[in-house]
Parts: sequence; C-alpha cells; structure tokens
Amino acid sequence: MTWLGSSRRWWIAFVGPSLLMLVVFTVVPIVAAAVLSFYEWDLLTPPQFIGLGNFIELAGDDNFHAAVIHTLTFIIGYVPIVMGIGLGLALLLNRRSQMSGVSRVVFFMPVVSAWVAVALMWRWMLNSRFGVVNWALDLVGIDGPAWLYERGWAMVSVIAASVWKDAGFVMILFLAGLQTISKDYREAAELDGASAWQGFWRITFPLLSPAVLLVSIILLINSFQVFEQVWILTEGGPLGSTTVVVERIVTNAFSFGRMGYAAAMSWVLFALIFGVTLLQTHMQNRWVHYGD
Amino acid sequence: MATRAPVQAGRWFGAAVIIASGAMMVLPFLWTLSSSLQTSESLLQLPPQLIPAEPTLDAYRELTEVMPFGRVVLNSVVVTMVVTVAQVVTSALAGYGLARFEFRGRQALLLLYLATLMVPAQVTIVPLFIGMSRLGQLNTLHALILPMVASAFGVFLFRQYFMQMPAALEEAAALDGASPWRTFWSVAFPYARPAVATFGILAFMAAWNAYLWPLFVARDESAMTLPVGLASLHGRFQTDWNLVMAGSVITVVPVIIVFAIIQRHISTGLLLGGGSK
Repeated sequence: MTWLGSSRRWWIAFVGPSLLMLVVFTVVPIVAAAVLSFYEWDLLTPPQFIGLGNFIELAGDDNFHAAVIHTLTFIIGYVPIVMGIGLGLALLLNRRSQMSGVSRVVFFMPVVSAWVAVALMWRWMLNSRFGVVNWALDLVGIDGPAWLYERGWAMVSVIAASVWKDAGFVMILFLAGLQTISKDYREAAELDGASAWQGFWRITFPLLSPAVLLVSIILLINSFQVFEQVWILTEGGPLGSTTVVVERIVTNAFSFGRMGYAAAMSWVLFALIFGVTLLQTHMQNRWVHYGD
Repeated sequence: MATRAPVQAGRWFGAAVIIASGAMMVLPFLWTLSSSLQTSESLLQLPPQLIPAEPTLDAYRELTEVMPFGRVVLNSVVVTMVVTVAQVVTSALAGYGLARFEFRGRQALLLLYLATLMVPAQVTIVPLFIGMSRLGQLNTLHALILPMVASAFGVFLFRQYFMQMPAALEEAAALDGASPWRTFWSVAFPYARPAVATFGILAFMAAWNAYLWPLFVARDESAMTLPVGLASLHGRFQTDWNLVMAGSVITVVPVIIVFAIIQRHISTGLLLGGGSK
C-alpha cells in the first residue's frame, strides 16, 4: 500500500532521523575527505592547498605500493580458500533438512567474536615457543616456524586466522543460496545416472552462481579493508612484510599526523574497491546463470 | 543394494568432516578459557596444561587492577545498547518511509543511500576524527555513538522487508483512522520481527566489536571500550597471556550468548539479499 492524502507528508518523520544522521556523519565526511585529499594538514598549522600533490606522492610511495601488494596477496590467498571451505561445509550441511542450533552456534562463534580477541587468541596459539600450534606440530615431529616473525609465514598466519574466522559466515550465505535450489533438479540428474561430481558442476553450481557472485563481491569488498587482524597479529611486520592499505591510512593519520595524505589514500582504496566490484559485475555474463 | 554402500560411506565421511571442522572452531575458544584460568607461569611450561591442574580466577581479578575494567565494560555496554537500538529504530523507520510513501526525490534519496553503502568506512574516518577533535569531543561516548547511528545497509534491509509486507494489514489500521505513525508501531514494526532480529544482531556485533573508530577517538580510559582496552593490554603485558586471554573471554562471551539466544529468529535469506557483514 501507499499512504496518500494528508498522510503523505509523514514520510519526513520516517526518513528524517536516519537521513539527518547519514548526511552529518557519512555524506559530509565523504565530501570532506575528497576536499582534504588536496591539502597538506597536520592539525597544528593551517591546512595548505597542494593540488594533486598527495596523489603524486602516493604514486611514488614505495611503502604504499608494498601495502597494496600485501593487500592483494592477502586477497588472493584468503578469498578462494574461504569460499572453497565455506561452500564445502554448506554442501555437507545442506543434506540435513535443517541446520541444528548447536551447529549454527559452533560455526558462528568465530564470526560473532571481536577481531581483536580472535587475533590475540591466535597470537597466543601461534607463539613460537609456548604456542599450542607448534606444540602439536612437535608431537608429530614437525619443527614449527616462528609464525608471526618470519617473512612469508606471517602472511600465511594472517590468512589462516581470517579463513578460520569467516568460514562460518561464508557457509551460512551459501546455505541460504542452496536452500533456494529445488531438490527436483538434483534428483532428476541422479535418476539420469549423473555422478555426484557431475551433479555438482552441471546442476548445483550453475544454479548457485548468483550466490557465488554475491559472496565473492562481499568478500572482496571486506578483504580490501583488511586491518584489525594484521594490526594485532603482526603489526605489519616482520620488516613491513604484512603492511596493508588501511594500516597505512591509520599510521599516516595517527603516527605521522598527515591528514590530507591519509584522506588521499582512503580515496585510492575506494577507487580500488569500486573498480574491482565493477569488473566483477561486468564479467558476470560469462559464468553467472540466472534461472528463469 | 550394491550402490547403497558407497552412499553410506559418503554420509559417514561427510559427518566426520563436519564434526572435525566443528572441533576446529571450538577448540581455540576452549584453550582461551583454559589459559585464562591459569597463572602466567604455568602457561610458560612445556608441554602445555590443556586442562588447568589448579584453576584460578587470578587473571580476572588482576584485570580490574591494571585498568578500570568495570568502567571499560560499562562503556562497551552503554555504547552497544544505544547504537543497536538507534540503528534498528532509525533504519526501520526510514525503510518503511521509503517503501510506503511516494514523494518527490525518493529515487534520489535511494541513490544517496546506495552511494554511501559503496564508500568504505575508512574514507569517513579521518574527517570525522578531525571534526570530533575540533568540537572537543574526543574521548567521549558521543564520539563513539553518533557516527554509528545511521545504517544505509539497515535501511535497505528494512525497505526490502516492508515492500514484501501484505498491504491488507495496514489498510485495516488505516481504515480505523490510525495515523501512519501509529500504524507503523502497532502493525508494521511487530510484523518485521525477523528483520529486527537479523539486523539487530548485526548492529549489536558491529558496535560491541568495533575497533578502528574507537581506536581513533577513545584511547583514554574514561571512554575506552573493550576491544581497545583488550588490545592495549597486550601491548603493556606482553607475556601475561592469562590476563590477555581473560580479557578475550570477557569480550567474546556476551556476543556468543546473545547470538545463541537470537539465532533461531535470524533470517539468512535477508542477509543474502542485502550483503555485507
């Protein structure tokens, strides 16, 4: 229904509070960040207009380039693994008619927990001398590395902790997608003698492809913003080998007091996210199958 | 019958994988709990005591000594409750307004909400920080709460839900002469309970777990929330893992309990429709 007549002006009362807060605390700051990115400002002296100076400096900033590369490395490791595990778990759990409350809570415990707490738990478990991970590896005769203090292993640790935390979230999204697929399709395929493998790739996956696209977009947007697990687990180390884009923004704004430069970085981050999302939706015709 | 055996084996294998994965999810939490019940000395022994031989609450007691822990917990509770209620109410109202009213500029408003949804939160953080510090609001609870009140995601989620609501329910109320405001609170909002539960738990989690924005504006103990306090604990007491794990337990247990209570009312279909954590 639609409210008409004298009732129609009520829309202001409904939309007003949300709109006011959105404009003051989101829209204005977004515009301010755009303006700020053309200034040099340390909050102590008056801001100075420097045109494209911040962006030109960014183009030649080796630390920023490294952070972009580390962010992409994280994405390339994390997104396919968490999607694979999440989809696998969803397929296994989908056979039961309904997911029990216990299994929902179990797989969602890491998802609902604060990243700060989860990262500290992993930091303790991955402790090179007294951590349970290296102790367990030692039991089977493997000498575990100093996970968070060795180049390479530090990023592996960040990716592993992230997959552990988000697998349940991805699983639940795929379960919601799977539940929209009628059982008739799969049963028809089974009657025709298709193997489980064929059934998955020919029937389930094409029908699930809109959900796969959506999940991959959500994961990519989120993982470009990777920060907390890195900040707590490795602090960008060892030797700056796990610095990421958001960590650069925080460090420049906070530690170096470079507000304009940090704002310029945040716009580059937005451009990266926007570009990749656009590319994904653009390429969907090639593999995403919308039912009739 | 010959084909049944592999199917059975496959079922057992599937169940084994699920149980093993479930154990992988739970064990780190159990170890965290176990660590929090030990002394820092007993944690620095090999092999580790998986089950504490002499469990002690010393770590929890010590937490209240190294920082005003009660204050930090209270800050988290206040911020989370205010943000959750404010996000649910403003989003439900706006979602209803955008679903059930036709007015000039509605399309433009929808586009505005959509646009803010696409810009990552990090873009707004630097200007918000400057604004809060200019207004002398650093290290206050307002600075933590106000920027988290409006949720474009919530508005879309509720709008989608109200657009699917059968009109007959509200028409009956409208015929009885109820204003749109009364109709919303007596008919539409109760009807949207699954959306309230789903979005409410997301808002609750986001507020309780928030770290990046509080890290900017609330580093002082007077306004500090649990995640910031917990992270600072690690910096100060590098080796006191029992203390850090006790703080982690206190940070994660409330969210897990709230989730366990509400989970049966959560609609995952709504999540897939809207996206984003």
